[in-house]
Amino acid sequence: MNKNILMLFFMLLAILTEGVAQNVEMADGLRSSGKIYVVVGVLCIIFVGIVVYLMNLDNKLAQLKKEVEQLKK
Amino acid sequence: MANLTWWKIAAIVLVLYTIIAGFLMPVPALPILHESIRNLYFHVTMWFAMIIILAVSVVHGVKFLSKGQRYNDIVSSEAAKVGILLGILGTTTGSLWANNTWGAWWVNDAKLNGAAISLLFYFAYLILRSALPDEDKRARVSAIYNIFAFTMMLVFIGVLPRMTDSLHPGNGGNPGFGGYDLDGNMKMIFYPAIIGWSLLAVWILSLRVGFKVLVERIQNN
Repeated sequence: MNKNILMLFFMLLAILTEGVAQNVEMADGLRSSGKIYVVVGVLCIIFVGIVVYLMNLDNKLAQLKKEVEQLKK
Repeated sequence: MANLTWWKIAAIVLVLYTIIAGFLMPVPALPILHESIRNLYFHVTMWFAMIIILAVSVVHGVKFLSKGQRYNDIVSSEAAKVGILLGILGTTTGSLWANNTWGAWWVNDAKLNGAAISLLFYFAYLILRSALPDEDKRARVSAIYNIFAFTMMLVFIGVLPRMTDSLHPGNGGNPGFGGYDLDGNMKMIFYPAIIGWSLLAVWILSLRVGFKVLVERIQNN
């Protein structure tokens, strides 16, 4: 009887400490202070820059295609 | 702006969504991985986009073999080049991630070595192309080699790592990413991210093909 209670106690302890061990460090500080938005902003600007560059290339290529077709005629 | 078709807009919107939501949405807190789990939206999607682009390459290679159109050979070779770019990006980002989670820039893992071998297969594809001066012969031989390279890539990246021990999730008896780590929140970003990055790769491919078609047209004049 006494043994069973002791076992139950240890099982409870194991369950409780598992929750503590699962405490994984994440970048919550960065997010709570708002600085992560700066990183997201920088990445968005870089990506938009690349997209504008691609669009520019796309238009240049289309223009060139038109010119070549006109030369063929 | 006339060239901005719906799928290019979709690529822009989806990748922007990936960047914003990928950094700000909650992710499961896991030991070792910590915040680096967000690499799933950027590193893993490179490989998905690579496989899709290389599939485009092999399909156009087969099309060339059956119809003999120059255009199919151009798409096939340019897609292989875009695929190699994505593969190099996947390898380098994976190496950086491995250094911070597995403890080394390169570990002797079936998936890593398989990816490296697959890239070598495609480097050999480029060398093969440049070694054959005759246009038609080059197109035919490289299309046949492309089928071999694509199959081997699938075997080395998709099949063999699953049969031996691997550090990658979903391989060698490891539970897949979907098993424990990938919760609903992550799926809502991961799947759009795959589509977005793949469409961006198709956009780059279309630019390369357009350029190559023009060059050939001018040369044949």
